[in-house]
Amino acid sequence: MNKNIVAAAASLLLGAGGIALAQDASVEDSIAAYREMLADDNPAELWEIKGREFWSKKRGPKNASLEACNLGLGSGMVKGAFAQLPRYFADAGRVQDLEMRLVSCMIDLQGLSRAEAEKNHFSTDNDASDIEALVAWIASESKGAVIAVPQTHPKEKEAYAIGEKLFHFRTGPYDFACSTCHSTSGTRIRLQVLPNLTEPAEAKPIFATWPAYRVSQGTVRSMENRITDCLRQQRMPLADYGADVITDLTVYMGVQAAGGQMAAPGLKR
Amino acid sequence: MNPIRITLAALAIICCAAGCVAPQTGSEPASIDAKAAAALSSSFTSASPEWQQRLVQDEVQKQCSAARGKLTGDLASAIVQSQQATLKYPEGGLMGDWKSGEKVAQSGVGLQFSDKPGTVPGGNCYACHQISKAEIAHGTIGPSLLGYGKLRGQSEAMQKYTYGKIYNAQAYMPCSLMPRFGHKGILNEQQMKDLTALLLDPASPVNQ
Repeated sequence: MNKNIVAAAASLLLGAGGIALAQDASVEDSIAAYREMLADDNPAELWEIKGREFWSKKRGPKNASLEACNLGLGSGMVKGAFAQLPRYFADAGRVQDLEMRLVSCMIDLQGLSRAEAEKNHFSTDNDASDIEALVAWIASESKGAVIAVPQTHPKEKEAYAIGEKLFHFRTGPYDFACSTCHSTSGTRIRLQVLPNLTEPAEAKPIFATWPAYRVSQGTVRSMENRITDCLRQQRMPLADYGADVITDLTVYMGVQAAGGQMAAPGLKR
Repeated sequence: MNPIRITLAALAIICCAAGCVAPQTGSEPASIDAKAAAALSSSFTSASPEWQQRLVQDEVQKQCSAARGKLTGDLASAIVQSQQATLKYPEGGLMGDWKSGEKVAQSGVGLQFSDKPGTVPGGNCYACHQISKAEIAHGTIGPSLLGYGKLRGQSEAMQKYTYGKIYNAQAYMPCSLMPRFGHKGILNEQQMKDLTALLLDPASPVNQ
């Protein structure tokens, strides 16, 4: 008798679980299908063209282009450079991500002020962003390159350790950390599949596809933008552009993704 | 004065400062904790002092972060005990209106810097939980709550547990990922009563 009840309950539970799983799978399949449909035709290409032009355009008090900018592999070397960022730059005395490196180059090579260099770093409906175009092009020049965010300089190692710490740092009114959503595999927020960024296998395809064209926003968004928006949803204050926490978290994710293959700009919801 | 002594005194002050911010359960060197704290305090320079406060961890947040969410033994029991002590129940019943509760469960706004001042925060329950059959855009971070009241009944003890869990989930599960909606002042009493009704009321879509 008892056995029968248990067996009946178990079959009910399994049945319900099966239906839920089937429903989840179909939802995720349709999102994947949508992404595949758009993948051959990523609007980010328009940003790449603009970024390439902007790289060679002379401007600022020094009337210079960015072509001599050192992205880590030597002056003017763009191919593959993005796959090895962030990294430590001796001239800046700090670890910089691509965007902060571009800002440094605009200041040093073109003679712009920091405010001028950082202007429109995230585009709005009315103002396009030169930096979004630049990151789209520079990222595209690393397509196929192996992700190898360096961990040789002590400051690079330190940035990783701090980034790892911050990833798990629960705070604010909701007790949220990055790890709240991104340290378990196979979960979703609403319909959005959440990558477990503590798992290299899941971190690789994510790190490989930022910057990305965001369909919901109609523009290319950078990693700085993505992390700033994650922090907003964690109920944290607005982060400064180029904030240390953003660089540190980017280093953490990049090292987690070591060995992945760059495929940015990606295409995201 | 001996310069070595001055240096030592300065070092002692720095070490103490680093030691004070380090969580008791942390296994990394205190210097990384201090550097992470420094990175945080330098990264949000446009934030008002009130918003800066959000970067300061309370004791529970400190412990759960240091333990990477996997707290066990005495430390885990201590959190349950301290969080049980935060529970506050309103006078005159815990069951509100499930229809209002459904709206609270759907709403994900509130307490973001992008929200208009005065925005009433929602519970955003669907972000993590399956709740009703009709809403298929639900997350899976938390367990499914379909049939919650049907399985558990509506006893006074169950009402108290349900309201308490919404008020402060860590009073039952240390380092739970769920926000402490009452304890942190995210939701008001009425909203939490309405959510309790959404989960327990036999007429709620949760229990159909």
